Amino acid sequence: MANFYQDTPELRHHLNHPLMKRIVELKERDFRDKDEYDYAPADFSDAMDSYEKVLDVVGEIVGETIAPNAEEVDHEGPVCQNGRVTYAKGTQENLDTCRKAGLMGMAMPRRYGGLNFPIVPYIMAADIVSRGDAGFENLWGLQDCAETLYEFGNEDQKQRFITRVCNGETMSMDLTEPDAGSDLQSVMLKATYDEKEQCWRLNGVKRFITNGDSDIHLVLARSEEGTRDGRGLSMFIYDKRNGGVDVRRIENKMGIKGSPTCELVYKNAKAELCGERKLGLIKYVMALMNGARLGIAAQSVGLSQAAYNEALAYAQDRKQFGKAIVEFPAVSEMLSLMKAKLEASRSLLYQTARYVDIYKALDDIAKERKLTPEERKEQKTFAKLADAFTPLAKGIGSEFANQNAYDCIQIHGGSGFMKDYTCERIYRDSRITSIYEGTTQLQTVAAIRYVTNGSYLACIRDFEQQAVAPELEDLKGRVKDMADRYAAAVTKVTEAKNQEMHDLVARRLTEMAGYIIMCHLLLQDASKDPGLFNKSAQVFTRFAEAEVDKHSLFVFRLQEADLAYYRSGETKGTEE
Amino acid sequence: MSLKIVVLAKQVPDTRNVGKDAMKEDGTVNRAALPAIFNPEDLNALEQALRLKDRYPGSTVTLLTMGPARAAEVLREGLFRGADAGYLLTDRAFAGADTLATSYALATAIRKIKDYDLIIGGRQAIDGDTAQVGPQVAEKLGLTQITYAEEILDAADGRIRVKRRIDGGVEVVEGPLPIVVTVNGSAAPCRPRNAKLLMKYKRAMTPSERKENGVECPEGRPWLQIAEWSVADVEGDVQQCGLNGSPTKVKSIENIVFQAKESKTLGSSDEEIDGLMAELIANHTIG
Repeated sequence: MANFYQDTPELRHHLNHPLMKRIVELKERDFRDKDEYDYAPADFSDAMDSYEKVLDVVGEIVGETIAPNAEEVDHEGPVCQNGRVTYAKGTQENLDTCRKAGLMGMAMPRRYGGLNFPIVPYIMAADIVSRGDAGFENLWGLQDCAETLYEFGNEDQKQRFITRVCNGETMSMDLTEPDAGSDLQSVMLKATYDEKEQCWRLNGVKRFITNGDSDIHLVLARSEEGTRDGRGLSMFIYDKRNGGVDVRRIENKMGIKGSPTCELVYKNAKAELCGERKLGLIKYVMALMNGARLGIAAQSVGLSQAAYNEALAYAQDRKQFGKAIVEFPAVSEMLSLMKAKLEASRSLLYQTARYVDIYKALDDIAKERKLTPEERKEQKTFAKLADAFTPLAKGIGSEFANQNAYDCIQIHGGSGFMKDYTCERIYRDSRITSIYEGTTQLQTVAAIRYVTNGSYLACIRDFEQQAVAPELEDLKGRVKDMADRYAAAVTKVTEAKNQEMHDLVARRLTEMAGYIIMCHLLLQDASKDPGLFNKSAQVFTRFAEAEVDKHSLFVFRLQEADLAYYRSGETKGTEE
Repeated sequence: MSLKIVVLAKQVPDTRNVGKDAMKEDGTVNRAALPAIFNPEDLNALEQALRLKDRYPGSTVTLLTMGPARAAEVLREGLFRGADAGYLLTDRAFAGADTLATSYALATAIRKIKDYDLIIGGRQAIDGDTAQVGPQVAEKLGLTQITYAEEILDAADGRIRVKRRIDGGVEVVEGPLPIVVTVNGSAAPCRPRNAKLLMKYKRAMTPSERKENGVECPEGRPWLQIAEWSVADVEGDVQQCGLNGSPTKVKSIENIVFQAKESKTLGSSDEEIDGLMAELIANHTIG
């Protein structure tokens, strides 16, 4: 009886964080739902108990159904026929089970049929689902789109659509087009207003749309004729019941094969505007993306956990030279580092989720009443922290997932290269995490401003003020040294006032900041529960120290003249 | 047409994962060493009941179980999955019951529930493997019974159609309501616990559990009260309950350890595998 929540005590540790008190207080508004809904909590401990119990259900479903189905789903995949997608049998079973368990619309308010869960337990469910089957997480996790409907839709739209999502209908976000990937400003799908029918009509093509045959679509389209940039784009809701969108093909992908990635053709499809015109990209998609990035960070952590579990089990089982290979330092060092990276990315994930929870709950309260000056300040602080931490959690978390998947195969040796072990699926599934919802390179673009404006450093200095267990003081001292080297590197780059140099070292500076923050989070975790986290705090700090040193050396040695070596396209061959 | 469905459930020791300490020295089951679970085929039965409830609006599913105080856990598990209410039959006088005394107690309780169209239970419990209780309940209530059910196809206009598992296939039979149906393990697995129901019923308790934990039933939340019935509550005859009412006595229990004495080496050719299959089918090891 596998339970993916109960077998990972680190999850319970992250759920029971002191900030949860504030999060629940804001989310439940003095527990006012308790008389209206029989499943609403009456107090803080009741709410926390409910989160735990529901996560236990998630853990059981993933352990008993989703994970056992993963291999077959990976082989079978979805099919596209006559413009419609049919999921693999296992995928259908997974979705059906999640619906029956009431795990759709988890974060939505109760008045629309949701569970009103904060982001932390919702993201934890995503972490658990991803460990079982990362491809399925995409379908299940698209309930996130309801958040955008909730934030920007009108009351009528919320009543009509969010209730359906809570009842188990699936969603998709139709953004990418053949010529608009990372650069969404170039979206060309055309939206025109049909005066006769009093509705919008969509025409054009979307590509790489996850779960593109979903029930309810959020569509980014050009509503302002003659415009060419992001300011001409609006967000629309397309309801599959109205028809007008066909799936032309589904992509044959390397990983997450259970999740259909579709090319969509819009033929005069009836749609309705969500929110205001022209704010589609600049406001709504940006909000949607931040939520989606947190989801990918969770998916990455789940994959890291899966990779670590598979590698550990194999290393304990596989015997060479008369003993289990886990006993060889060459192997156990890899495993320790895998575990450390897993725990570091998980700590950062939940810290980010807490920040998101607080500012979003305050945003929601602000719709009902004016926030007090203290609340406004709190909202601003946490919104900024969430914006600063999200690209780190997604960027570094997804790179770690890939590194762990690589090491997982390495530990399996030749067997890992065969299709016989789970590790090869984890390896393929991980690969996309550092690409979609903004590549790691784009996460750097989002994060670098917090490097140069000193936000990360201020945050690191705050962490330095927090007490740690006495036996971790030395380690904390080493992390402080790392921060000094990071600060010096940032100063060197900003003082050089050279944009090209700045862009070139952006990834290194961001990684330094991210690793140092992760060290502090692990120090806090290890202070509270040394049994679970001490080893990872020790191993990760040593890893981070070496990485910070490496990046620091690179930054300090870099001369303006060196930049030429990194310019591509200028060094064409000289043969005539 | 709405149905009133009673589901019979039993809490059993999980005999599927038996460790070394599963049996006591005296040959009885060491219940303390085995986790207590919802009898698997009773979960299949519950799923059939819940499907009827989904299909025929207004239908209700009531769980009935007999056991010690902790068996209330089975009722909560049922509530988390969609049952509407649960009754725990618990009394020292019910203890030590064989199948005859168990079916007597259950039949008495069902008479007290009074209003029912359908009684559904698992084929058998994994601790006793007798498959007698369901049929005996039917006999005692004077009802028709359908055993080995795999799927209840429909239940309308006073008739029920059931697909049942038989040797080498399935058959569809029809019967009058009210009726007793026992469900086979090959039927659809039970649905998961539902998040909202779990949060709604997580504090549902029997009066004895409340007394033990010192908690009152919260005001205005009657659904958190699980009913508890004693022999007297169901107007049962103590002489027919528990050990008193059980003619079955265990004479002795032996611990059998399989020892492979003979072995046979086979090659990997198709002929040899076919030969082995023919032999296994002939001696009824498989098929």
